[in-house]
Amino acid sequence: MSRPDVVVTGLGATTPLGGDVASTWDAMLAGRSGVSALTQEWAAQLPVRIAAQLAVDPAEVLDRVKLRRLDRSEAIAIIAARQAWADAGLADGGPDPERLAVSVGSGIGGATTLLAQDDILEASGPRRVSPHTVPMLMPNGPAAWVGLELGAKAGVHSVASACATGAEAIALGLDIIRAGRADVVVAGGTEAVIHPLPIAGFASMRAMSTRNDDPEKASRPWDKGRDGFVLGEGAGVVVLERAEHAAARGARVYARLAGAGITSDAYDIVQPHAEGEGAIRAIARAVADADVARTDIVHVNAHATSTPVGDMLEIGALRQAVGDHPVLTATKSMTGHLLGAAGALESIATILAIRDGVIPPTINLDDPDDGMSLDVAAHKARHLEIPAALNNAFGFGGHNVALVFTRP
Amino acid sequence: MTRDEITAGLAEILEEVAGVNPDDVAEGKSFTDDLDVDSLSMVEVVVAAEEKFGVKIPDNEVQNLKTVGDAVSYIEAQS
Repeated sequence: MSRPDVVVTGLGATTPLGGDVASTWDAMLAGRSGVSALTQEWAAQLPVRIAAQLAVDPAEVLDRVKLRRLDRSEAIAIIAARQAWADAGLADGGPDPERLAVSVGSGIGGATTLLAQDDILEASGPRRVSPHTVPMLMPNGPAAWVGLELGAKAGVHSVASACATGAEAIALGLDIIRAGRADVVVAGGTEAVIHPLPIAGFASMRAMSTRNDDPEKASRPWDKGRDGFVLGEGAGVVVLERAEHAAARGARVYARLAGAGITSDAYDIVQPHAEGEGAIRAIARAVADADVARTDIVHVNAHATSTPVGDMLEIGALRQAVGDHPVLTATKSMTGHLLGAAGALESIATILAIRDGVIPPTINLDDPDDGMSLDVAAHKARHLEIPAALNNAFGFGGHNVALVFTRP
Repeated sequence: MTRDEITAGLAEILEEVAGVNPDDVAEGKSFTDDLDVDSLSMVEVVVAAEEKFGVKIPDNEVQNLKTVGDAVSYIEAQS
């Protein structure tokens, strides 16, 4: 039996640029920054006082009582999944529940719940700790809640591979459909850890931008002045579907998820491999898996987080695994780095770039790094017919994931 | 504190914790069957009631508090 084709039939997101996919995409194409100063009292003591916070608070979307039982990462996963579900035309009747799976991960999980409940434990004692604590902080919480919301009975999976999570969750969805275990997989990533502890931790690693006086300019992938990533929060979810299943119900198809490549560096717990060896293999595998010509991959939504080392390593990996022809963009210049949601949101941007024939800009690329040898849609969106495109995501732990999407 | 005052206090807690309409809270109502309070939310209700009414409600008592009236009687006896 031949391998089933897998297509994308629904998109959902809540991001620093907008409360849904349409508003996020419009803001991306306009080159808007979602980064702002953190005005909360707790931010004053931190070395990093900027972040890309959600444009629409979950409290505007979900009811108060439901929110009491949800970590913020779970709430926004539910919001994005509901949008994707409706966008796929499934709101009035989904597939057989036993043919529906979920693959939604988070890089860090319910850290803000853990920390808030620890404050209660210290201040008021164990009896005051919320009985909802464990389901709020468990790393499979977002996937489990999405599965509950949509009635998924073919398995609920929660990938955790740091900043590669969202992309790896989508790659797992592809595998699940190819293996015949489901017809539809709701896949993506979620993250909400704008809190002093994770910020202090990343800042202690010297991984974050400290451009506190100019938030909108802080995320500047490939620019000489880049000084680290900007933390963002949000969720992105896609509906993956066996192509024949989508065709049978007359679903609108955004793109094919043609292939995926997953590798691990086995090199260092946080540093990427010095020659990008694992990244090169992931990209090459994704291209081979997609069975497309390298020349058809004319666009790459890069991982490019605005860190001094990682940004340029990816350029080398792309030149080696794809070539010198693709037009790149780094949408993190606008959204900040959504960690476990990044690969999912950037997959959505890649899919819409294919659909609309337009590459969203990389803002703040005023003075490209000397080693910057590939073309970037800098400052302004660029129109281009895109038969196939690549999305990269790399994570602490040495995780490398590459996804290839093609026109349907 | 009168039974009506205790019921009103419980209604406030139930609204905050579980989104129960205060108008639905009456002594004859079952927490689980009538007011749709799940087991985890019931734990929250108990802890909030202890704080509000200055009483202790041990875990082995909670299973006996099937209705709002049961809880009112227990709180009334303790306070």
